[in-house]
Order: sequence, then C-alpha cells, then structure tokens
Amino acid sequence: MVATRQPATRRRRSEEMVDTAGIPPETLLEIYETMCLSKAMDDRVWVLAHSGEIALAVSCHGHEALQVASIYALRRGYDWMVPYYRDSAAALAMGLTPRDMMLAFFARREDSFSGARQFPNHFSSRTLNILSGSSDIATQIPHGVGIALASKMRKEDRVTITYFGDGATSEGDFHEAMNFAAVLKIPVIFLCENNEYAISVPRRKQMAIDDISNKAVGYGMPGVSVDGRDVFAVYRAVQEAAARARRGEGPTLVVANTYRIDPHTSNDPDRFYRDPKEITEQRKHDPVLRFSAFLNQHGFLTEEQDAAIAARVAAQVDEATDYARSAPQPVPEDAALYLYGN
Amino acid sequence: MAVIAMREALNQALREEMTRDGNVFVMGEDIGVFEGSYKVTAGLLKEFGERRVVDTPIAEEAIIGTGIGAAMLGLRPVLEIMTINFILVAMDQVVNHAAKIRYMFGGEVGVPVTIRTPGGGGQQLTAQHSQSLEVFFAHVPGLRVVAPSTPKDAKGMLKAAIRDDNPVIFIENISLYNTRGEVPDEEYLIPLDKAEIKRPGRDITFIGHSKGTLLALEAADRLAQEGIEAEVLDLRSLRPLDCDAIVESVKRTHRAVLVEEGWPTYGITAEVSATLMEHAFDYLDAPVKRVGGIEVPMPYSKPLENAVIPSVERVLEAARSIL
Repeated sequence: MVATRQPATRRRRSEEMVDTAGIPPETLLEIYETMCLSKAMDDRVWVLAHSGEIALAVSCHGHEALQVASIYALRRGYDWMVPYYRDSAAALAMGLTPRDMMLAFFARREDSFSGARQFPNHFSSRTLNILSGSSDIATQIPHGVGIALASKMRKEDRVTITYFGDGATSEGDFHEAMNFAAVLKIPVIFLCENNEYAISVPRRKQMAIDDISNKAVGYGMPGVSVDGRDVFAVYRAVQEAAARARRGEGPTLVVANTYRIDPHTSNDPDRFYRDPKEITEQRKHDPVLRFSAFLNQHGFLTEEQDAAIAARVAAQVDEATDYARSAPQPVPEDAALYLYGN
Repeated sequence: MAVIAMREALNQALREEMTRDGNVFVMGEDIGVFEGSYKVTAGLLKEFGERRVVDTPIAEEAIIGTGIGAAMLGLRPVLEIMTINFILVAMDQVVNHAAKIRYMFGGEVGVPVTIRTPGGGGQQLTAQHSQSLEVFFAHVPGLRVVAPSTPKDAKGMLKAAIRDDNPVIFIENISLYNTRGEVPDEEYLIPLDKAEIKRPGRDITFIGHSKGTLLALEAADRLAQEGIEAEVLDLRSLRPLDCDAIVESVKRTHRAVLVEEGWPTYGITAEVSATLMEHAFDYLDAPVKRVGGIEVPMPYSKPLENAVIPSVERVLEAARSIL
C-alpha cells in the first residue's frame, strides 16, 4: 500500500515533530490495518459479485479514512454506531470480522447478523453496539437519536454516532431528527459522508448549497466540514463532537467530504452518469494510499511492517471467503424464525 | 404487432403521452441521466429536456406532494417512486391528500397524478425492497390502483392512467420488466376498471394480478396436460375491482384459486374471496383457495426467498385440493 517507499532501516523522527491528533503510534498502525482490510474486503466482494458467487456487493472505497477514524475517536464497544449500508470499514473498526461479513455476503445460515435474512452490508451486533442498517434512506438517523435519547435518560455518558450520505440529507427523516436532537440536547453525532453521488445524482442536484455543514445552522447545533480523506481531521472533529455530547451540550453535524470511487453497488453501471476520467483523478486521492504515505514518511510504518499488514489482511480475507463459501445454507423451514418475540 | 418487453412498453406509453400532451411530465429519483433504476424512462431526458424530465433529490414525500400541487393546477405529473417500498414515507401525501382533495374541495379541484412504482420480489433484494404493498392503496377510496401483467396491458393502462382525472397508483413488478409480449402497432387505451380473461377454461378459475397472473397461466398450462382446463382471470385493476368479471367466471367454473405475490392476510385475494362469498356462493362447488407469499419479511438468502415467494407448484397444489 505504501506509495513512496522508504528504506526499511530508517528510524522514526521525534514524535513531537508530527501532529497525530494524540493518536499513539501503535493505534495509527491499527487504524491503517483496518483501512487496508476494508479495501481488501471490498475488492474481494466485488469480484465475488461479478463472478456470480454472491448476489450483491457494496463498497466503501474512498470512505475508509473517515469511517475508521471516526470510530477510533469514540469509545469502541461502549458508544453506539448507527450505520447506513456503506459503513463496512466503520463496522470492521468496531470489531466485526471479515468472517462475520463474508457469512452475510454468502447468505449462510451461520451469518450472525440475521441468519441470511438481511442485505449483506446491513451488518449488526448487539454486543458491539452496531445497529442493523436499512435499505431506505435516512431512516436510521431518528433511530440514532432515539438510542442517544435512551442513553441520556439512563444518565449514561454513552454517545451515538449515526452515519448517512449526502443524498440522505434531502429526506424528511434527516431534518426531523436534526431538529429533535438539537431541541432535546441529545448526545448524538450526525456524520454525513459526502461522497458527491446518490446513485447517479450528483450533489449539486441534491442540494443548492456547497457546504453541507451549513445545514446545522438552521437547527441550532454546530456544523463542521472536514476533509474525509484525512484521518486526523475526522478524528479531531468527531472527538470534539463526542466531548460536547458527553458534556450534555447536544448534537453536532460533522460533514466528512470524500468521493465514492466505486459504483453505488455492483449492479450500478456508473459510466452512464460519470466520466471515468473523474474517477481516475479521484483515485489519486485514495485515503488508504494517502495514510500509508503519511505513516511511511514520518517513520511510523516500515516497508516490512507494511508487507506484514498486507499479508495478514490477504490471509484474513482468504480465510473468511473460504469459510463462508463452504458454510451451510439456511433451511427453508427456518424462514419464519425471528418474526415475533415471546 | 411488435413483440416488446414490459419496460419498453411502459417507455412507449410515457413517450407517446408526453408527445401528445405538453402538460405531461415525469419526475423522480435517478430518472433523467440514469434513465430510472429499471430503465423505464430511457431516452426521455434527451427527447423532452430537463423541464419535463425532472431528476429530484431523495425526497419521496416532496416528489408526491409537489406532484399533487402541480396536478391541482392542471399539469399531468407522472411520478416514479424507485420502489414501492420507498413510498411508505410519503403515504400521508397519497392517502390524506391525493385520494381526498377532490372530495374535500367539493369536486372543484382534482389531482390527475400518476404514481408509477414497482413492487414484488425474487431478486434477493430483501425485506425493504421486495414487498407487494398494493393492498395499502387498494383500501383507499379516491385512488385508482392498477397492476398489469403484460406489456400490452401495461402500455394501454399507463396511457389511460395519465389521461385519467384521478390519482392512479400504477404498480409495476421488478420481475416482469423483461417479460415480452405483443403490443399493437396502432394507438390504443385499456380501461382502468376491467379484468380480462387471459386464458379461457371450464373446470376452475385462477384469479390473479401482476406476477400472480403469470403463475396462474403457467399452472393452467400444466393442468391442461392432464386434461383439466383452467380459466385465468387477470384482475388488472385492483381499485375498482371488476366484481362482475370475477363472479361471471366462477359461475361457469364453480371453483376458484386466488393468487397474489403479497401476503394474503387482508390481501387482494381476501377481497376477491369476499366478493365470491357475497355474489357467487351458490355456484361454488368447493371452498375458495388462496395462494400468496409466506407471511414474513422477504429474506435475502436464495433458498429462503424461494420458500417464501409463491410458486406454480403451490398454485397447482391448491387447485388439486379442490378439483
């Protein structure tokens, strides 16, 4: 993944010289490895979808930095994550494994999210505090506000982060949830992943403003707009929003600006609506390459470490694919399971 | 007659009506540059321009609400809701407004809007993308609700829906867009309130709509090999329901199997069954049988999805239980 290779023997410069937003070196490598894992998973499921082994792939390529950094800015395993369907890197950062995800992509009985009932990218985990996603747009945003409301009522200092795309800000659910959360000072972080497209519709046809964070003004909450391909910018913004929420000061809208490198899904012929040259240009700003270059440049990542990470990631993706491929299918007699509680 | 796919028939209907009447325009998510998630609006942006082919933000309530407003002023909006599953956030506009405005205005103002939206499953699109929600609309006075099963009906009924002065919910089916059929070369309209016998028979009547009709036709073919002649009645319109056609057929065959892709509880088949009880009870030689989707949210897994969606085998099983 390293774009500009440095001699393996080079020692890191003094740490004070480099501002890493207070993230310790070993955590920087963890963040990087999670981003690489997400990228490798996306590449694999894309191939599996096009070879017909799985029905559908959704990739978060271009979103890795903002998703992983935003989760690392929270208390993982304590705070709540309310995702939309493009949040697979965030889910990995929360602690889901490639095997968890592959079992869902292959729609196997053992799939821990739903026993092969849900869409594959709609991962969830009660133990990791990840809410199951929705195919409908923006509907998770009020759910996130509700989960945060419950934390507040129970006097916990848990915060909830809810993710959505630029297109979701056009829906009524977004507006109602933003207003509601601001009025009731609910400890929630609204994280808008602006990737410039909602399926085929470019952002300029989705809204008449350039900076999405301006939307916060009308609801009476802070809005910040950051480079979504910059791990540190996102980390700082989410950390501050979380601190504000834990102080009882209410919600923040964080807009992380990036670009959707892959099509909407593996079924989306994106050449219909965007110039391949545009994608080629945006690939130069790939957040995974950018972060690896940073780590390498500042001596946090050696060539050996990078190779070891690449090998670990590849092995994990291979193992997960093989395991899920040979796992048993669900049985039709179980179709009605989980419809009602007692 | 040309043989064309359902999506092409729908496309022709839109193109012809937009050409005929400058008040007709289309509006929805990803319908312009992208030509619709199911390519029904292919070529329209190029031919009619951005004024009449409007790509909207992701805002179903606003799509339908603004469509209603424009229709009240005399335009003829044809709104596309990407899937019927997404119309639920806009149900207030459909049920409390589109359906009631004429009545609440004492007949002064109508809402000649057409809402096109596909339902149905079978493509591994799961719980929130695979529903058959026609009964939600068919329940509401003031709406017209149609769900054609063939390219010919789809074209003739979409043209009629656009010309109709009432709000029409035009329900397509994602698994039927590629089905092909003959479509007349000359212009034609198909009424929005008439069922049609798609296959005549004397021994039993299968009644369905949309994909249910296709399952019934396949089941009828299979029974014909055994010398049993099933009649297939395609409802086409769900509101109003063509009660006369339903009763007339069953009076002749004395047996009925009702088929729908959606959940049968309080479903279209429940309404048809009640119609038969009220108007054909004395002619029935066996209980009315219903075949529908298993009553769970649609699962993603292919084996589970296959178990949940109604099949030809289940139609045959129901028929054999009363023959």
